[in-house]
Amino acid sequence: MNVRLYVLQRGTALIMAPLVLVHIAIIFYATSRGLSAADILGRTRGSFGWAAYYSLFVLAAATHGAIGLRVIASEWTALRGRQLDALMWIFGLALAVLGLRAVAAVVLP
Amino acid sequence: MTNTIEVSLWRGKADGRYQTFSVPQRENQTVLDVVTWVQRNADPTLSYRFACRVGMCGSCAMTVNGRPRWTCRTHTSKVVENGRLEIGPLANLPVIKDLTCDMQAFFEKWQKAKGVFAPSKTKNDPIEKILPGSPPRQAADAAIECINCAVCFAACDTVRWNEDYVGPAALNRAWTLVNDVRDAGNRDRLSAVAAGGGCHACHSHQSCQEHCPKALNPTASIAGLKRRTMQAYIRREL
Repeated sequence: MNVRLYVLQRGTALIMAPLVLVHIAIIFYATSRGLSAADILGRTRGSFGWAAYYSLFVLAAATHGAIGLRVIASEWTALRGRQLDALMWIFGLALAVLGLRAVAAVVLP
Repeated sequence: MTNTIEVSLWRGKADGRYQTFSVPQRENQTVLDVVTWVQRNADPTLSYRFACRVGMCGSCAMTVNGRPRWTCRTHTSKVVENGRLEIGPLANLPVIKDLTCDMQAFFEKWQKAKGVFAPSKTKNDPIEKILPGSPPRQAADAAIECINCAVCFAACDTVRWNEDYVGPAALNRAWTLVNDVRDAGNRDRLSAVAAGGGCHACHSHQSCQEHCPKALNPTASIAGLKRRTMQAYIRREL
């Protein structure tokens, strides 16, 4: 890991810390109030706020996880240099696409 | 009757094996004394490395009962377990023969981390005044007593996992120079330790601090480098 990846990984961790807490609070709220899927979709669909919130969460998680996986792969596999970068990008982009697709499913009207 | 210690010593190269000797136990006996006794009384072909015998030169580090230690300052009374002692070469370095390992990679990594003083003045300039209480001098003081024994290098998990990692000793040395106001090489040094295999590879397991015979804290030095390189990166100085 170089300083650029280090700053990106620590930076995304900093972004995710409050997002995770709010996300957990939302889960507790939704389950304790017995909200149905229709209730939740009713609040998220067309909401720019929830779209921005979870899109930021997905992008931060994808970046953070991909850099972390690159470190683990560099220490536990024979992958080196560009192979590690390729793994990081493929994993990160896959996470971002899957995550943003899920966000789109609940926020698009 | 003299008490004895059953001493298992590593023999050969990486594919070698342990050989056991019976060594008389003495008061105030160090692990290095035990190894020397074997070479002088049992097997003169035993290879090991030492020089000063007083904890200054950093030559005699070995793996003692599974832990890297400076053998000249380790008393057998502290480490013998059930009358046995197992002594091997340092981990994470290639074995040359018996208890002697090849330190080349260790010292090359010092060079890679720019652990060399880069003078900013000539002999014609006046001597720089360094206040002992100044924060940079205190930071350098805390890390400067390293004797290059490679105990931290042998104890480090990240060194074992990541062949590119320069290791705690090299980064600790770089940190002392980063805090040396006379040094002119910090741009190159920070770039070197901010690259892959530099300070950001450290997982802060703190084995270096745990095992350092000089009670230094390379993990803290590495944390200092992480802060300093991050500041330099954000200011676009790297």
